[in-house]
Amino acid sequence: MTTTLPEATPEGRNELVTGDLLRFATAGSVDDGKSTLIGRLLFDSKSIFADQLESVEQVSRDRGNDYADLSLLTDGLRAEREQGITIDVAYRYFATPKRKFIIADTPGHIQYTRNMVTGASTADVALILVDARKGVVEQSRRHTFLATLLGVPHIVVCVNKMDLVDYDEQVFEQIRAEFTEFAARLRVPDLTFIPVSALAGDNVVTRSENMPWFDGSPLLSHLERLHVASDRNLVDVRFPVQYVIRPQQNDARDYRGYAGTVASGVMKPGDRVLALPAGLETTIASIETADGPVEEAYPPMSVTVRLADEIDISRGDMICRPNNAPTVTQDVDAQICWMDESAALVQGKKYAIKHTTRWARAMVKNINYRVDVNTLHRDEDATEIKLNEIARIRLRVTQPLFVDPYTQNRQTGAFILVDEATNKTVAAGMIGTAGRQY
Amino acid sequence: MKSHVLSQLRSLEAESIHIMREVVAEMQRPCLLFSGGKDSIVMLHLAVKAFAPARVPFPIMHVDTGLNFQTVLDCRDRWVERTGVQLVVASVQEGIDRGLVQEEPNGSRNRIQTPVLLEAAEKHGFDALFGGGRRDEEKARAKERVFSFRDDFGQWDPKNQRPEIWNLYNGRVHQGESIRVFPLSNWTELDIWSYIEAEDIDLPDLYLAREREVVERSGMLYEVNGFTPLKDGETAQVLSTRYRTVGDANLTACVESGAATLRDVVEEVAAVRLTERGATRGDDKVSEAAMEDRKKEGYF
Repeated sequence: MTTTLPEATPEGRNELVTGDLLRFATAGSVDDGKSTLIGRLLFDSKSIFADQLESVEQVSRDRGNDYADLSLLTDGLRAEREQGITIDVAYRYFATPKRKFIIADTPGHIQYTRNMVTGASTADVALILVDARKGVVEQSRRHTFLATLLGVPHIVVCVNKMDLVDYDEQVFEQIRAEFTEFAARLRVPDLTFIPVSALAGDNVVTRSENMPWFDGSPLLSHLERLHVASDRNLVDVRFPVQYVIRPQQNDARDYRGYAGTVASGVMKPGDRVLALPAGLETTIASIETADGPVEEAYPPMSVTVRLADEIDISRGDMICRPNNAPTVTQDVDAQICWMDESAALVQGKKYAIKHTTRWARAMVKNINYRVDVNTLHRDEDATEIKLNEIARIRLRVTQPLFVDPYTQNRQTGAFILVDEATNKTVAAGMIGTAGRQY
Repeated sequence: MKSHVLSQLRSLEAESIHIMREVVAEMQRPCLLFSGGKDSIVMLHLAVKAFAPARVPFPIMHVDTGLNFQTVLDCRDRWVERTGVQLVVASVQEGIDRGLVQEEPNGSRNRIQTPVLLEAAEKHGFDALFGGGRRDEEKARAKERVFSFRDDFGQWDPKNQRPEIWNLYNGRVHQGESIRVFPLSNWTELDIWSYIEAEDIDLPDLYLAREREVVERSGMLYEVNGFTPLKDGETAQVLSTRYRTVGDANLTACVESGAATLRDVVEEVAAVRLTERGATRGDDKVSEAAMEDRKKEGYF
């Protein structure tokens, strides 16, 4: 396999390389072999450099291992190497002629749920590892729940260590049945099962000869072919204004452009648009980039929008369509994952909130319930939410936010809470049913 | 019907531009660390694109070790001239003269540039520094945040980093604290080169192969010049070489290569089997945890 070579074409802005970008998050329990699986993907797709491999082989020899420990490729920080565990999200990269892949490698420990949430927040695919000998365990359920909570559209379950159960089809089928039953209670748009051995390389990059009974694709081919284009919301135009470009220069004195990243929808020059919170309508005069104007802007393009009329718009405002606007509300119902180890979320406490490009302050009006991530049981008597706990809460925000339900829009349905004293990011929030209508 | 799928390079470009705009919108006084190497040049190129038609709304800072390749300085000055960006130079030599830092026995100024950088950042009141670090470079960088929080000593604490969820970056800092921002976090070396070729970005000519008089030391090739003269008993040879990274002129080695054009370089990088730091930077070879230690001190 060779690495992607881009086709440099003078005219084609979007034809530099043929492949697109796929982000996936991995999750598994401590000994599921997740690091080995990633090491195997990098190794077999020839994304490991000679000096990295040499270093891994050296360390493996020093430790008296029988074989090169591919998990050493991904265990980055010294503390992790010493403890032999992964304690933070690590990002890995590899490319095939079809795609570039970004892996968010997240730890499986119970205390690090926040890392799984972080990794899954931008993922197109969640890779869940299950040890064939142990079957579906508590952590498999928790990771799957978190992946669906974060709206990851595709879930791939790798039943690993098949070599240790004699590549037995029955073991695989039993795990598949159990997992499918559990997943039926969650919002899983696409669920795939692959029997693998990360250590031996079965069904990771190449098809396993040890499991002729499996008629699906090896993991890498599956990831290469996965159709993710239609996961994006191309219907609801949402353009959070990030920065107003007004050059204080003689050569562009009258220029005024609204810079931002298209959150969803497809924008075109000539479209009627509504600016929030002003509530004023105008028309898109042009959509510009440093390379010149474009005919269309869609996610995740970073562009500059110019409007036909002078409207007072600033950072944090939202451009949408007049007949398709987000909900404008100061009352937000949301699921949150609490990420702060030093303080719990309690009713009445105030935080800074960042939603798209808008900062405001928010007060916790109510803790509706806490979700047990293992049983999905709702505890309605919960009074505080601690590190790695998931809860449904209601917030009152000092300014209106322009929101959509997270299940419809992973951009305008998301927010973070920041502790105003420590400046730490303390929660990830996913907006539920909308508040008052504008 | 149009596919509305952005290619991988344009997705990376869009993400980097988003990050830079976010920093300019939220931070008081950002600055871009400019080494003259390819990554910092790509960053500056992206900054130009992010704010066009306005000029880049922050200065660039060059930490001048006094051990520069002349062609790198020339390239820096061309970029300043062309973009109108404000250039701040922080001099390591001046730091040595003032006693802020001491020359290291091995002649490397890589480590002693950190205090010079931190002092200059403090003097200018920079609360956000753009760096060209990429997560694919080294294991310690793989866990680096895009917005990397530094305490008031400029230090990085791997245990005290903010979770980064979606693209909702949190740059809030107290007085004296700062963030390092890495807009190229998700780029690989091949992405960088593919982009340089596609955008025809002006680089120092060191990156392209030509015949150089070189001497081999500990398996690395050093060009014979004023910074790395021939020692007694050594013999020079003429080889076609190029540089894969640009560091101190007395410590940066070149590699044998026939890649004389950007296209050649892209093809070479796609095929090469050694990470760029391992190949050409004598100062990174010390220990497996070398980079982690340097990052904790405030190095990029």
